[in-house]
Amino acid sequence: MCTTCGCGDTALVPVELHEKILAGNDRAAKHNREHFLEAGVLALNLMGSPGAGKTAVLEATARAAAGKGWRLGAVSADLATDNDAVRLVKAGIPSHAITTGQACHLDADLVHRSLHGIAWQKTDVFFIENVGNLVCPAIYDLGQAANVVVLSVTEGEDKPLKYPTMFLAADLVIVSKCDLVPHLDFDMQKLDDAIARVMPKPNVLKVSARTGEGLAGWVAWLEALRLEHGLVGKIAGMAGHSHQPAGA
Amino acid sequence: MHEYSLVEALITRVEAEVRRRGALKVHGLSIRIGELAGVDAGLFQTAYDTFRAGTVCAEAPLTLRQVAASWSCPACRTAIPRGEVLRCPACAEPARLDDGGDALTLDGIDLEVP
Repeated sequence: MCTTCGCGDTALVPVELHEKILAGNDRAAKHNREHFLEAGVLALNLMGSPGAGKTAVLEATARAAAGKGWRLGAVSADLATDNDAVRLVKAGIPSHAITTGQACHLDADLVHRSLHGIAWQKTDVFFIENVGNLVCPAIYDLGQAANVVVLSVTEGEDKPLKYPTMFLAADLVIVSKCDLVPHLDFDMQKLDDAIARVMPKPNVLKVSARTGEGLAGWVAWLEALRLEHGLVGKIAGMAGHSHQPAGA
Repeated sequence: MHEYSLVEALITRVEAEVRRRGALKVHGLSIRIGELAGVDAGLFQTAYDTFRAGTVCAEAPLTLRQVAASWSCPACRTAIPRGEVLRCPACAEPARLDDGGDALTLDGIDLEVP
């Protein structure tokens, strides 16, 4: 409305925003992050192709971290079935399935909703096993302390070059199934070189879930991350604020 | 793909701004998609064209600017050539992604207000 003569004309206003389109998800992720840290929980977002070995790495982590006294927990996302959660429970990691239907990735809201009613606050290290997918999960912050990307030696040395966004988002790359290397035409140096072209600070662990190779290094990395976030010595379960109804 | 959920987030944000300013119409919006944003620009445009029907963006053309990913040294500003190892050839610092390289940004909305 023109304020000088009151003529009633409308105005065309260019509104400058410069806002992230995923700002809503980022806010939900920040909320999750606060929940996790207040409760003394180290949360990891575990990503990788279908079949990379995410679940196997977690099963092996339960064995490798047995002496640390950590309480582990997980949610495991898939389009269908709760097979991964069932495997993790058998391995000694209390886990719940998130069945996403057709959604190819987790987002912060879905993670938040899936945490209601499970005792995640009572864990020390909590794994969010994302949908097997090297594309979409990379851009959705879930509130994790770190992104871990599992890449198996059977996927080809140039995989990182094909999925630069995922490897840019990674805080750690776990190269899995290393026990198979003698049976493959696989060049680990080529893989290291590819990672260095998409990750400015390459951080790579070579492991075999089957033999246990490299898992001590993975456990040490988790311990260092707990220290970095001030979680060592903190009593898990002392949440700053909770969405649980009183008496739950 | 996830372009639909991103378009939904975009339109929801535009709707909130329309309400906030009491706007009568959305005349256009502009976004930036970085090469490393994890979003396909073509798919995003198609998803937008498909899902804006029946929303405040129904008649709002989308101006989509793509930003190439470029890397440089945060210490000595040396540019890292495309495809090279992401470490400064001059001083060995880890490279930094230049602004916009992974952007998925709503830059502006053209609104008609009373």
